[in-house]
Amino acid sequence: MMKKLLIAALCAGLAQTVLAEEKAASGKLVTKNPVTAEAEKVFRDSFRIDNPKYWMQRVEQDEAMKLCGQYKDNPPTALRQKIELAQKASIRYPVEGKLIGNWKEGEKIVAHGRGGHVGFIQPDKPMTPRGGNCYACHELDKKEVAYGTIGPSLHNFGKIRGYSDDIVKYAYDKVYNSNAFNACTNMPRFGLHNWLTPEEITHVVAFIMDPESPVNKD
Amino acid sequence: MIQGLTRILVGIAVATAFSSGALAQDNKVAEELAKYREALADGNPADLFEVKGEGLWAEKRGPKNASLEQCDFGLGPGKLDGAYAQLPKYFKDTNKVMDVESRLVHCMVTLQGFKQEDLTKDWFSKPGRESDIEALVTFIGAKSNGKPINVPATHPAEKKMYQIGEYVFYRRSGPQDFSCAICHGQDGKRIRLQDLGNLTTKEGAGTAMKSWPSYRVSQGAVWTMERRLIDCMRQARFPEPKYLSDSIIALQVYLQKNATGTVMETPGIKR
Repeated sequence: MMKKLLIAALCAGLAQTVLAEEKAASGKLVTKNPVTAEAEKVFRDSFRIDNPKYWMQRVEQDEAMKLCGQYKDNPPTALRQKIELAQKASIRYPVEGKLIGNWKEGEKIVAHGRGGHVGFIQPDKPMTPRGGNCYACHELDKKEVAYGTIGPSLHNFGKIRGYSDDIVKYAYDKVYNSNAFNACTNMPRFGLHNWLTPEEITHVVAFIMDPESPVNKD
Repeated sequence: MIQGLTRILVGIAVATAFSSGALAQDNKVAEELAKYREALADGNPADLFEVKGEGLWAEKRGPKNASLEQCDFGLGPGKLDGAYAQLPKYFKDTNKVMDVESRLVHCMVTLQGFKQEDLTKDWFSKPGRESDIEALVTFIGAKSNGKPINVPATHPAEKKMYQIGEYVFYRRSGPQDFSCAICHGQDGKRIRLQDLGNLTTKEGAGTAMKSWPSYRVSQGAVWTMERRLIDCMRQARFPEPKYLSDSIIALQVYLQKNATGTVMETPGIKR
């Protein structure tokens, strides 16, 4: 009896190891964090119980977030494809169906980096508008020199790729849900989280895809 | 000093406005920022907090009218040289892994008789309110200046906290899908003009960890490591973790282990 239990336990252990270690797209062996459940409890227990409910919603995770975290942003190929398919299905379009808006409106949205900070120490004032904060990670208009490098340069985005409907749609989809193209990318899913509305996303698209936008002008 | 600063700031603005070629410009800006930091380090206002902390350390205070001189940060009662550099660590008397701040508060409660809830309510400074904890941590940190960070995390409880810290580092959530790793998981990146360290490497974690506590020019205050990490969570659009909470201590175990071997240069001075 004991022997049987022991063998069963050994087999279970083995199966777990196989599940936890899989090949990622890069070919590197990825290992799932062994303390996930306990670590999650520690993380959640570190917040005040009198936090408003809508703040605490921000620590909830969807499937994509969970998988990206557990595999250190480098999930095995099958999981990566699963994430990308599910994310693609989440994309919604503006009611009028036009995916390219006004680049001058987009210019304001991409440059605006505040909004959405909560907490007791240094929250944003209520109703602070939220921006895309695109310059934090991307070069866009050449005139703005204070740009980050976490994402690629988007200078001449439309000029390089051509001003086709396909590229407009690609740009819209990418801003709406970046994980649909690259699971566990560093880029936020602006549309999925309703951080930007579909209409605002069309303005951002115009800023990188309108031939008249400074992004494509020099 | 102020004149020097103004000159450098104008230098940055001029370099920014007129130089051509993105790369040349980037290098120029980085160069000017380095000069700016150097000029600032001439007279670090954190030195004043260090002196204040030294006074608070020896002063008899609290309901028990006792000093902190018997506080044990892991090297024995009152032994502060190099103590900060080997924290967080497991403490037998509390059966917990503690960082410098949780250990300090523990001593203020047990030795001096202060109430934990009073100490942790107003732990950080803001305009018009100074923080004893910040001054004490600046003083204790400075006692590790020149010492290598040494957090091997070999005790089972420390090892567990390292793994929890690593989990939190990669954990994504919130309306921007952020985790620590998004900004701090790659080499050679920048957010706006601010260089980002890769905190998963010894070099990146070492550069980040060696200079805390640090005087932050933009905030006009000394920030402790807990303040730094709690504010990272705010910037990620998460709610704030509680002061001294285990997820913040776990993150420090993760970062200090990664940084182990790097020589401390504290108090630091930053943007």
